[in-house]
Amino acid sequence: MDFISDTLASVGLNEFVITLMFVNAILAMSIYLTLYGGMFSLANAGFMAIGSYVSVILTQNHGWPFFPAILAGMVAAGLIAIPIGLPVLRLRDIYLAIATIGFVEITRIMILNFDKIIAEVYTRLNIDTEPPKITNGPLGIIGIPVETKLEYLVGTVIILSYFMIRMHRSRFGRALAAIRQDENVAASQGINVVYYKNVAFILGAMIAGLGGGFSGHLSRIIQPGSYGFGTAVDILAYSVLGGITSWYGPILGGLALTALPEVLRPLKEYTGLINGVVLLIFIAYLPGGLGDPALWRSVRKTFNRLVNFINKGKTADAGA
Amino acid sequence: MLVLKHVSRQFGGLMALQNVAMHIPTGQIVGLIGPNGAGKTTLINCMTGLDHPTAGEIKFDETPIQKKPAHRITALGMARTYQNIRLFGEMTVLENLVVAQHGLGRATLVDSLILTPRHRRENEHLRENGFQLLKRFHLEQNADVLAGNLPYGDQRRLEMARALATNPKLILLDEPTAGMNPVETAELGEQILRMKAEGKTLMVVEHDMSLIAQVCDEIYVLNFGQIIAHGTHEEIKNNSVVVEAYLGQEEGE
Amino acid sequence: MRSSNQLLKLRSVAITALVMLGIALVAYELPGILDKKVLNPEQHLTTVIWVGSVYSLFALGYALVFSILGVLNLSHSAVFMWGGYIGVMSVIRYNVPIYYTLPLAMLGGGIIGVLVDLIAFAPLRRRNAPRISQLISSLGASAVLVSLAQLEFGTSPERFPRTTLKELPYEATVARPYSIDWLGAEFRITPLQVSIVFIAFALMLLLQYLVARTKTGKAMRVVAFNQKVAGLLSISVGGIFRLTFFIAGALAGAAGVLYAFAYPSLTPFTGDEMALKGLTVIVLGGLGSIRGAVLGGLLVAAFEVYATAIGYSWLKDALPFAALFLILLFRPQGLLGEATVKRA
Repeated sequence: MDFISDTLASVGLNEFVITLMFVNAILAMSIYLTLYGGMFSLANAGFMAIGSYVSVILTQNHGWPFFPAILAGMVAAGLIAIPIGLPVLRLRDIYLAIATIGFVEITRIMILNFDKIIAEVYTRLNIDTEPPKITNGPLGIIGIPVETKLEYLVGTVIILSYFMIRMHRSRFGRALAAIRQDENVAASQGINVVYYKNVAFILGAMIAGLGGGFSGHLSRIIQPGSYGFGTAVDILAYSVLGGITSWYGPILGGLALTALPEVLRPLKEYTGLINGVVLLIFIAYLPGGLGDPALWRSVRKTFNRLVNFINKGKTADAGA
Repeated sequence: MLVLKHVSRQFGGLMALQNVAMHIPTGQIVGLIGPNGAGKTTLINCMTGLDHPTAGEIKFDETPIQKKPAHRITALGMARTYQNIRLFGEMTVLENLVVAQHGLGRATLVDSLILTPRHRRENEHLRENGFQLLKRFHLEQNADVLAGNLPYGDQRRLEMARALATNPKLILLDEPTAGMNPVETAELGEQILRMKAEGKTLMVVEHDMSLIAQVCDEIYVLNFGQIIAHGTHEEIKNNSVVVEAYLGQEEGE
Repeated sequence: MRSSNQLLKLRSVAITALVMLGIALVAYELPGILDKKVLNPEQHLTTVIWVGSVYSLFALGYALVFSILGVLNLSHSAVFMWGGYIGVMSVIRYNVPIYYTLPLAMLGGGIIGVLVDLIAFAPLRRRNAPRISQLISSLGASAVLVSLAQLEFGTSPERFPRTTLKELPYEATVARPYSIDWLGAEFRITPLQVSIVFIAFALMLLLQYLVARTKTGKAMRVVAFNQKVAGLLSISVGGIFRLTFFIAGALAGAAGVLYAFAYPSLTPFTGDEMALKGLTVIVLGGLGSIRGAVLGGLLVAAFEVYATAIGYSWLKDALPFAALFLILLFRPQGLLGEATVKRA
């Protein structure tokens, strides 16, 4: 084990980074359900923020133990997803994307200004006591002890993977796939489109909230700025890179795109550039992503052909 | 079984359907014909819940359905096929039929997660039903082929099979013979008559008069969103208003 | 009886007038309602006008690409940022006279726009990729452009040197605003702000003229309506696309330079702040509508100015997004768009 961890560390993958890789894998999986159902929702960055802040506030200000706080963050995200999903999921394609971007930004701004809002409420209601400082504005909450461990994350990813695999073969999964391919036809086959879309959205939100909870207890500080449009795009990039044609695609995408800038640490300034270029290349030439079975089939075919070519060369030499 | 009264559908300034009255008696096959653009697909959409009339009433077995969402109307026993085939191209033929039986299933996500006997039993049951349907339409050897890869004729038959999968009382067929030769058309006619013999009620929207003649008990004619004639095949054939509607269409082309 | 076209035009004019009246009403009445003191509501109106015109100019590029290609080009804000840098850096590094910065930035922006099309959009069009892929691709292009700016210019804020700003036709410092007395109220606007409004509106009118009256503009409208038909009429659809990206890029570049004139801190991330604002502007105004972009720009500027004025500065960021959200829910076609948006 030590040998492996030393080798990985030498390329820049220390324990912190590997843990982060798995957090992002979880976030990528959170968007998988909605993408599988054909919904182009970027909302999960907002749910991640909710999960993160709720769980951190519970552990730091109210002394909750770690796991219940994480679960509470998950539930909070799910609860908020309900009133958001119902109106927003009626929109199609680009309008849904824009609306969810709007949600993410509103969430970020609300968290950023939460204390000011509370203060204002106190003033309006003429409450005399000093209003509490909960989210602490742009500086965020600092000094969070690191409680997230790699084992928890790997375990979570395994459980979620099982969930995704079973989902594919379930009535629920079939309904989602039908909705993705043709919503109207799905409806006329007896599928309650609104219900399934919302369930997928809420489940995705909860997974994102879970990821947020873990992430909040990993980096020692949380700030509203980490949960805006940029993060939403990052999560999308994980899924695009990994592809949504298989359940393991988002996991691969999350792991790879988090590891890449660390491995290329000497090129640290170029990470934005590389992320962008990777996105461009993948969306144009590998729309199925890393996790696309078709990709691996053709890789194997090329590999086999290469092997055959080399073998022919060998026999030719032998014959000559 | 299905009664329409004063059904209208307005899109901004355009009246796609105007005061449509129709009655599809149980166990009969009703035909709906009319020139292109007459509003036939709009009418089917309103009946099946994909669209809603702006005025009027539609009753399915005495239950008003003009405001109900599509999945509820299907649950009440209605099914339809599409003019341009809309199969789930990324799923296999058998999967298309299993999905079509969605309303008949009860397994929830939780069942699938913990692999309850209900999940297993239901999957088996639905697949078996699907397979029987495939056999009926001579598609069983294609069970695991992606629906998008089937030849056109097979896709049409799968579309039909799918409509039957929900075990409906009433089936609406939207131009089922598009792209078929006379032999295939006649075969389709046989399938439709067989469904009638099984107790189903059907409405067929068609341009192909031979199919209409073969299966329909009565015919409605739709033009510019209004019913301009109603009767048996003989009566319609000789109706001057109908002839003019079609001739007018020809001249315009 | 008026034709439906005229009715639509009447309606859009009516909505515009209503919105403007609403802004003026808010300007004068809101402080009273909320029991807060606001000095100089007229001042705020002038701010709304000149800030709004920059936003509108910026949003026009979005609106143009969306109406002709049907895709949202999220790298538009990066081109805007580059326009600003081209302007500022040509003065700082190469001592270009300040008059030339606007045309330079527009040219540069246009070229970058065409490059983005060639790299991020055209390959996907050729493969008939879904629109969402093109959106994601534009995000990638945006990230690349921002990184390149970071590498080339660093992240510390840049600005036009004060000395060169003085060379503008009107003196550009804030020190000596014009004072206009109208209806008993005093409006103060600096010469720089006047130039900005003037240039922005000139460009918008130019665009309007191009689209409505020239042969090329007609071709663009045909392509927007139906690409197949355009091909049949032997319009070079690809050529129109590239022209559209050029124009949009040029507009973004112009907006960038104007913004840099007005705000003395340009960083590679300035575009990102504008990106979401621009999105709000066009969704509010109506996603394909050019007039909508103008109205939306004024509205968003109004939100920001008045939220700050009544003391809830944190609201200035939230309000546009809240409006965005609500509009999408209740009137997705925006204020001036047409009701062709289908709900799923």
